[in-house]
Amino acid sequence: MSQYILRRIAIAFPLILAVTTVVFVMLRVALPGDPAQIMAGDRASPEQIEIIRRKLGLDRPVFEQYLIFLRNFAGGDLGRSVKFREPVMGVIAKAFPFTVTLTLLSVAVGTTIGLLIGIITAVHQRTWIDNIGIVLTVFFFSIPTFWLGLMLILIFSVGLRVLPVQGAGSWRHFVLPVATLAVGQSALIARLTRSSMIEVLSADYVRTARAKGLAQRQVLVRHALRNTLIPVITVVGLSVGGLLGGAIITESIFGLPGVGRLAIDAISNRDYPMIQGTVILVAASFVFVNLIVDIIYAFIDPRIRYA
Amino acid sequence: MPEIKRVAERGRPSGLYQLVLLKFVRNRVALFGLCCLLLMLLAIIFAPQVTPYDPIGKNTPERNQPPSRLHPFGTDKLGRDIMSRVLYGGRVSLQVGFLSVGLAVLVSAPLGLIAGFFGGAADNGIMRVMDLILAFPALILAIWLVSLLGSNMNNVIIAIAFFSLPTFSRLIRGITLSIREMEYVMAARGMGAGSLRIMFFHILPGVLGPMIVLTTLSVSGAIVAGASLSFLGLGVRPPTPEWGAMLADGRNYLRTQWWMAVFPGMTITLVVLILNIIGDALRDALDPNVRA
Repeated sequence: MSQYILRRIAIAFPLILAVTTVVFVMLRVALPGDPAQIMAGDRASPEQIEIIRRKLGLDRPVFEQYLIFLRNFAGGDLGRSVKFREPVMGVIAKAFPFTVTLTLLSVAVGTTIGLLIGIITAVHQRTWIDNIGIVLTVFFFSIPTFWLGLMLILIFSVGLRVLPVQGAGSWRHFVLPVATLAVGQSALIARLTRSSMIEVLSADYVRTARAKGLAQRQVLVRHALRNTLIPVITVVGLSVGGLLGGAIITESIFGLPGVGRLAIDAISNRDYPMIQGTVILVAASFVFVNLIVDIIYAFIDPRIRYA
Repeated sequence: MPEIKRVAERGRPSGLYQLVLLKFVRNRVALFGLCCLLLMLLAIIFAPQVTPYDPIGKNTPERNQPPSRLHPFGTDKLGRDIMSRVLYGGRVSLQVGFLSVGLAVLVSAPLGLIAGFFGGAADNGIMRVMDLILAFPALILAIWLVSLLGSNMNNVIIAIAFFSLPTFSRLIRGITLSIREMEYVMAARGMGAGSLRIMFFHILPGVLGPMIVLTTLSVSGAIVAGASLSFLGLGVRPPTPEWGAMLADGRNYLRTQWWMAVFPGMTITLVVLILNIIGDALRDALDPNVRA
């Protein structure tokens, strides 16, 4: 077990290193314009630009810059944001809780609903309940988040006036964004649970459990559900990892000051240290979440460790 | 779908694809969806004949009209007919969807085949790069790429294709791995077939089925990704109509002109829904465990 975990960690670290390297190279090579010039502003004199260049270490060879960048990154220093004039790390730390709350809440709500729909439709396979479930999930699966978000605003904020449109002041501000993301998540999980459950329900050990005379409830919960959950956990993990950086649209529709918003603003402001910081942190958390999922996976399914 | 039909018509000796086609045709919901999609495609292609209105020019006297018989989807703040704009905008959105997935398939098919077929260092090298692409937050990177390369349709297509590479190459590699070990591949090798011949004539046909399913489902994803980018203000420039950009426009008038956001979004949802239904039906049709 511990060996498996160590091996997984040994894969994760080079990946994060590679991500930071690619981001570093992209910013230095694929950049239109001189970062020092951009930071100094349009009216700066050549001397001022030169001072900033030296301060940023841009006058040194690229490889040396890369080593300094890595050393700072290892120490948790991602530079200073041009726009906020604060350390990038601090700005991200303020935005991160919003994104994490949004992600965890919507994945939790969506997964719960999805599991319920998936189990119910699998148990009632090929009945009208199943048909309604299939139609509903493929529809939920297909609604793009940006449209769903706008329609929820139209119904609940503009029409019924029961929920706020934008902002992040209270729990009420989270209802619509969480609903927006949870709909897609529930559809994803419901489809997966249904097909996984159908497969498990036709397995020999489920027939054995039934033959023993166990109640339907016990067969479902103790025998079928456990094995159904294995693929579901992976997808939940991928959703968490993906939403940490992919809730951009939802954050921007509902005006939530999360990491996605930060990244978009940074890109449109050409705030390079900020772009670098958000991309690296989001990628690192994606790799980290997947690492955790793999470890949970090995705990649940002993077959994985020996594979 | 054209692939399936073509292959089926050619009459493959195995008869597998005839069976798949038969199963697909029996799925009435999917068949109905396919007909709707074809109708929409025709309406989008022949937009100038379908709608009398100019999607770009101003028509101030008719501005901000709610849906009516003359303007089924209403008009926007410049008096442009929303339905015309949705039809013309479909050209951009669908091109982004189909071309980006096409590009992704073209690049990732050889990569996946090589990785799965040769294994070893080639496999390791290719798949680690794919892992790396997968680790990046795709939408943020796509936004960044498009803003670096320049905000136009081609760059949007390239950015979306780039982030679809891992999904395709992983699938193709996985299937190649399992087919490589099959006896008919060994037989082909025994008869003196070279690696290239085996890859393209013996393994690729086996990869085709699952790949068609993934392609259909990816096109809907790519349409949404393209619309997301233009929703955020990247991609085609106004006044060119595009579904995501129209939504972004309508977002500011939710309180007064709800139709500006409702109809473009409904169109995207409908297209994505149909593509997903067709993809699901193809998957069922290709799955030997699912009865027709």
